[in-house]
Amino acid sequence: MRSPRSLVGGSPASCFTVDFDGRELPAQEGQSVAAVLWGAGILAWRTTREGGAPRGAFCGIGSCYDCLVTVNGTPNQRACLVPARPGDSVTTQEGTGRAELAV
Amino acid sequence: MDPVDLAVVGAGPAGLAAAVTAAGLGLRVTLLDAGDRPGGQFYRHPAPGLGAARPEALHHGWPQFAAREAALRAHESAGRIACLTGHHVWSVLPHEGAWTLHAVAGHAPEERPAVVTARAVLIATGAYERQLPFPGWTLPGVVGAGGAQAMLKGGLVLPGKRVVVAGSGPLLLAVAGSLAAAGATVPAVVEAAAYTAYTGQVPALLRNPGKIVEAAGYGGALARHRVRLLTRHAVTEAHGTDRVEAVTVARLDRDWRPLPGTARRIPCDALAVGHGLVPQLELATGLGCETRPSPDGTVALVLDAEQRTSVPGIWSAGETGGIGGAQLAMAEGELAAHSVAGALPPARLVRRRARLRAFAGAMAAAHRPGGGWTGWLRDDAVVCRCEEVPAGRIREAAGELGARDARTVKLLTRAGMGWCQGRMCGPAVAALAGEEPAPDRRPLSCPVPLRHLAELPPAEH
Repeated sequence: MRSPRSLVGGSPASCFTVDFDGRELPAQEGQSVAAVLWGAGILAWRTTREGGAPRGAFCGIGSCYDCLVTVNGTPNQRACLVPARPGDSVTTQEGTGRAELAV
Repeated sequence: MDPVDLAVVGAGPAGLAAAVTAAGLGLRVTLLDAGDRPGGQFYRHPAPGLGAARPEALHHGWPQFAAREAALRAHESAGRIACLTGHHVWSVLPHEGAWTLHAVAGHAPEERPAVVTARAVLIATGAYERQLPFPGWTLPGVVGAGGAQAMLKGGLVLPGKRVVVAGSGPLLLAVAGSLAAAGATVPAVVEAAAYTAYTGQVPALLRNPGKIVEAAGYGGALARHRVRLLTRHAVTEAHGTDRVEAVTVARLDRDWRPLPGTARRIPCDALAVGHGLVPQLELATGLGCETRPSPDGTVALVLDAEQRTSVPGIWSAGETGGIGGAQLAMAEGELAAHSVAGALPPARLVRRRARLRAFAGAMAAAHRPGGGWTGWLRDDAVVCRCEEVPAGRIREAAGELGARDARTVKLLTRAGMGWCQGRMCGPAVAALAGEEPAPDRRPLSCPVPLRHLAELPPAEH
């Protein structure tokens, strides 16, 4: 069974878990938050401000801002750029991610 | 802080080659890159923690990167190069006869401001992918072709098990090969251009046998993995509710207009799509560097034989001077370094650049989008992903409301006003407004915390 790992060989220095909306996801040291989510088969982790449509990683290089997500309570983080850390809490971002500011 | 001799923005093929060459010629260099490791997008590779034993399995020309990275580390140890990774330069400003580069360093919430001063600047900011929207392109599972490649090269992950690759340009073949080698099924590569477009470019091809060998290599990989290659076809719609489940593929006429009665569905759980690359120019245009239209329909910098921009003291190399690939970028980076150092460049380098630039021109012309592509853009299809502006609203602005350029469309519809600052929708909005794409204009090239701006010293007058 070919896989990205079988292609490059080796093994991660450490494996840990990341919490996503209450789910424990496996993560490998050196992966971005977006890579951890894709690895678990999750492609959407944000809903748009106007239509509430699901979005996830698109450009993969920090240019498109589609993959914005809340990491450890801070909204609007580009999941494709932020390295995953042990014990991170990642939550689906609804709209601006700033609902607490609503007046 | 004394200004360094040269600040290089971007540690991709062009910037990395320039930095190590300049240091070898005796200059003190600071190399900045938004990423965590040198390599840029082309040589994006897993973090050391991922422990990839064979990173070269996902790359072409890996030894050329490895050699330059080793040179970078040697120059770093000797104090000739300071390599500042995780630094996104958001503006370059003239300052007392030198240049000040402002960057955001690190990740939120710990990001901090960083400033570098330099006597000369090389802008090697590369490119991002060109997207031509279609109905359903905002569905999860639809990703950039370069995006799929970046996530695979950097994170060792795939967007799905059955991935259609579509759009236009040679990158598609590389992406399909990588995805298939990493275990994905690739039912088809859907290329909008006709490869016969290259036949009018025979002289450029004959000067670049290496490129023909590379193309043959891609062809062999696709055959091995049983990937169908459909030329003169496009994905005209992606279907699904929560994620992509299938795409519609249609045949195109010479002007990229979808031909009625040719549509068919291909089931898939992901689509990797892109139409070539767009030079990333905002730092250069912010300095006033002159631009020119490129044969692929994008905008590139005007550069002289020594890689100088129109602004004295500012050089540029790689994709910013017109999309041409990593080999060309490395040659141009080395040429620029010689120029900054006031050294005569080796003649072989000058010849190499001329040869590769000729190929780049041929490639650009072959994959220039035909004007008929907007034929697949239904009025209800989203064009601006950030602000969720459908094609119908943009057509209304360009038609009934009389907008003649992307900027006026933005004022009327918000298209291009969102987080990505028009990087994703820019080419499409320009096409719908009936104009050639305008040069990038973004005063800040990435999000900058307001506290960083507040801490800046008052501007000199």
